[in-house]
Amino acid sequence: MEAYISLFIKAVFIENLALSFFLGMCTFIAVSKKISTAMGLGIAVMIVQVITVPANNIIYHALLKENALAWLGITGVDLSFLALLSCIGVIAALVQILEMILDKFFPALYHALGIFLPLITVNCAILAGSLFMIERDYNLAESTVYGVGSGFGWALAITVMAGVREKLKYSDIPAGLQGLGITFITAGLMSLGFMAFSGIQL
Amino acid sequence: MSAILNDETKKVLVDPLVSNNPITLQVLGICSALAVTSQMSTSLIMSLALTLVTAFSSAAISAIRNHIPSSIRIIVQMTIIASLVIVVDQLLKAFAYDISKQLSVFVGLIITNCIVMGRAEGYAMKNPPLESFMDGIGNGLGYSLILITVSFIRELLGSGKLLGLEVFQLTKDGGWYDPNGLMLLPPSAFFIIGLIIWAVRQWKPEQAEKVEFKILPIAHGEGGHH
Repeated sequence: MEAYISLFIKAVFIENLALSFFLGMCTFIAVSKKISTAMGLGIAVMIVQVITVPANNIIYHALLKENALAWLGITGVDLSFLALLSCIGVIAALVQILEMILDKFFPALYHALGIFLPLITVNCAILAGSLFMIERDYNLAESTVYGVGSGFGWALAITVMAGVREKLKYSDIPAGLQGLGITFITAGLMSLGFMAFSGIQL
Repeated sequence: MSAILNDETKKVLVDPLVSNNPITLQVLGICSALAVTSQMSTSLIMSLALTLVTAFSSAAISAIRNHIPSSIRIIVQMTIIASLVIVVDQLLKAFAYDISKQLSVFVGLIITNCIVMGRAEGYAMKNPPLESFMDGIGNGLGYSLILITVSFIRELLGSGKLLGLEVFQLTKDGGWYDPNGLMLLPPSAFFIIGLIIWAVRQWKPEQAEKVEFKILPIAHGEGGHH
């Protein structure tokens, strides 16, 4: 249990996808102008991350890994080079399915998240979650925890960023630094803040 | 289209370098980029990989653009891009194993790099293959320019080296330069990109963004410091 808590804390703060690996930056910068939309996107990313990381984990271990097809009686086959293609395919398909399920059963949530869901397919944070899971060789339980943690970390980062930017627009910023420039510098300062967590050991 | 470098091709090749740079103006492709800039060698390889993938995927998508049904075009584009990235990934593993280990997941993340998708969707779907190829190269170079500038600053100030060769002799080896450790950490990449954007926009003021709010006493001045 302790190992899972430690993994969660690590995924949220120390290895925050947005602020220490620069992932999902395009949407992180583009959609962080208002707290409400930022939070909506953050929740959508979290949901998708929680589903896709374990799903990719199952597929990787059952089909793609070296000798993974042994349960079919086929040995000596290593399909791990297909991981990239299968991960992105699974993500695109799951996002589509999630969209349909939400539309059918949770229309209110669908309308709240609606516009963000298609964007998520091309959000690097999602693909990166699955690729990190493969690289670090997480098992199913670990990858679920990692999915929750990394999604939550990303959501936290974008919400905080939106909060800062909502105040920032009232401040007097040099013309060239307006908008994108100051956003990067703010992200840098936030990243510096998150690095303070790196000493935490559980 | 007969000459290899007519005006249109030249424009799509040179434009993305400064005046329409994918990173500083269009805010694309920073996702997988900044993390590889703490050393010049990794960022050079990353730039090369991204430029090739963008160019070839644009050319391939443009070649079949009239046969892609628009409802499934994203999946088709993704598949082409992912296949090219797999080729690049396998090549790196075969010929530059150490670098490919350092780049870890970031080679795979070229798939979701918005520059590649953006050019496929925004340019290659409407233009012939040769122009699309050049557009891909141009945007790849624009990305490379920023990446290499950032990594130059970070590696030089952070470890006193360039491409692994010593430039500033460090104090611990009896030299004069005390390395700035912050340069090797993630925040410095954000700061440097922010400052580059500032510099580019100071040079080309038409790229600056409109201010949403102005402070009252100087409400009539543009930006307020003229």
